[in-house]
Amino acid sequence: MTLFIEQCLNGLQFGLLLFLLAAGLTLVFGIMDLVNLAHGSLYMIGAYFAATFADWTGSFLLGAVLALGATLLVGMAVEVVVMRRLYGRDHLDHVLGTFGLILFFNEAVRLIWGAEGLSLPLPSWLNTAVRILPGFDYSAYKFSIIVVTLAVAAFLYVLVMRTRVGMLIRAGASNREMVGALGVNIKLLYTLVFGLGAALAGLAGLMQAPILTVQIGMGENILILAFVITVIGGIGSVRGALIAAIFVGVVDTLGRAYLPELLRLVLSTNAAATAGPALSSMLIYLLMAVVLVVKPEGMFSAGGK
Amino acid sequence: MRRVSLHDVAAAALLLALALLPLYTQLTGNFFLLTLFTRIVILALAAVSLNLILGYGGMMSFGHAAYLGIGGYAVGMLAYEHVYSGFVQWPVALAASALFALVIGALSLRTRGVYFIMITLAFAQMAYYLIAGLARYGGDDGLTIQKRSQFFAPIDLSDKTQFYYICLLLLYGAIYLVWRLVNSRFGMVIQGARSNDIRMRAIGFPTYRYKLACFVIAGTLCGLSGALLANQADFVSPAMLYWTRSGDLIIMVVLGGMASPVGALFGAVALLVLEEALSGITEYWQIILGPLLLLVVLFARGGIDGLLRTLGGKVRAKAGT
Repeated sequence: MTLFIEQCLNGLQFGLLLFLLAAGLTLVFGIMDLVNLAHGSLYMIGAYFAATFADWTGSFLLGAVLALGATLLVGMAVEVVVMRRLYGRDHLDHVLGTFGLILFFNEAVRLIWGAEGLSLPLPSWLNTAVRILPGFDYSAYKFSIIVVTLAVAAFLYVLVMRTRVGMLIRAGASNREMVGALGVNIKLLYTLVFGLGAALAGLAGLMQAPILTVQIGMGENILILAFVITVIGGIGSVRGALIAAIFVGVVDTLGRAYLPELLRLVLSTNAAATAGPALSSMLIYLLMAVVLVVKPEGMFSAGGK
Repeated sequence: MRRVSLHDVAAAALLLALALLPLYTQLTGNFFLLTLFTRIVILALAAVSLNLILGYGGMMSFGHAAYLGIGGYAVGMLAYEHVYSGFVQWPVALAASALFALVIGALSLRTRGVYFIMITLAFAQMAYYLIAGLARYGGDDGLTIQKRSQFFAPIDLSDKTQFYYICLLLLYGAIYLVWRLVNSRFGMVIQGARSNDIRMRAIGFPTYRYKLACFVIAGTLCGLSGALLANQADFVSPAMLYWTRSGDLIIMVVLGGMASPVGALFGAVALLVLEEALSGITEYWQIILGPLLLLVVLFARGGIDGLLRTLGGKVRAKAGT
């Protein structure tokens, strides 16, 4: 039973991490109508920055803060140099242009940091277990990821729904020209939104860094998961992204943990051992297919926004 | 009679040059060039099939490499099980790709635009994980093919020149097929649905079925390309259907010029030759290719095909006709 709770928490933690990526993706798409494949590159860069800065400063937290700022700056620079020219273009142009960016970033990282991965060691105060229920211990670091991402989700909600900047963002999403005509610097606003998305991706990357190795291409597989989440949640909907992300995270983690055993009840041990891993990595895609059959526009489509 | 334009001359020259390439390699003994171009011709076939749905149909599939993998693995797996006959392997490769395209297309075509991009990408990635999980057939490490597909006596795929000509013939056949297809009534409906799906439905065409049929044809053609690729490399691995390969195919189509019969061929030759040339200059060649792609997207929208047409137009304008 404790193992099951732990797996559920792992799923929640993974889902919330995916939410950080999906939120940036869906914000940028919802507001700028831009498909950004290079979002995963920003995740990767966040992780590389964190590993480097933590090594320089000797402090995990300081490194993380610096990495967050640096990723924000990289994101804003990318927006000013490249993305700005892609608004209003065909989605195919977005796909191709940002695909070019992925090639560029992967190779730039290889040039700067080398082909071998980096590692970001956890400080001792995070590398312990906390007792969150009587008789149930959980990794302090994973628990702190859950807390941080939930705080970020709350911050996003307040930012978009309760502040003046958020009001402008929502207004810009529904009518760009009108907001511009009312004297708002829409270009700056877009740069900020893109930078925010980049910082969210960077945050996800740097938090994932101690769990996995920091390596080239780390952002690509997780980006596709973030796509699946935006499709399930409905593009442009941050709320949908949150719910879908948790759902996908839990289903994926539990599927990997329990599906092979469940299959063993139906199939022979040998067949289950072969089909289990393959089927569990396909699970969320099958889930997405089901969602599409039922609701082609996603579960929480922004619809009329 | 229609005037011969610069574009047509360039296209004819490329088709002819590809046909004469083995002669050149025979004379110079440069067999590396033949191997390189066999690969280019095979991937051009995949790009031509993608052009059918992407260029003509407006269906932005980001999962086209899945069929390369499925076609390739059909050949690889059968060879592993000691079924070497091409008369079994190739039809199985085509049928498997067609079936996959049918299922994926039926689901994906319910959506449009950016959803379609993401869904085809996700399904292709699903196929990637499925194949990478097949422990019996090498899993992540891939599968070496001991013997190429066997056909009747004079045909021998192990003969480099013969194999090249078979690939080239299939490529030209595919270009012809796509050209005939898009100029047929079927093709007109597909192109109509690209420009305005709602209007096409309003005048009574069940566009979903037309698009699905088109999607399946493209997938099947790409499966053939996969079967060829497996034979060319004597090896299949999940990397064949990794999503960046789908990206490469899109680049070929867009770089060459969408919705042009030879555009995808231009693009495939240009991209792969460029890759080869850049990787000769520096180990970090993608740092050049990436921004180059971005520039093409930003400033050369019609691709090579469009560029040739504009250049041809300018020359004609200067000549005063």
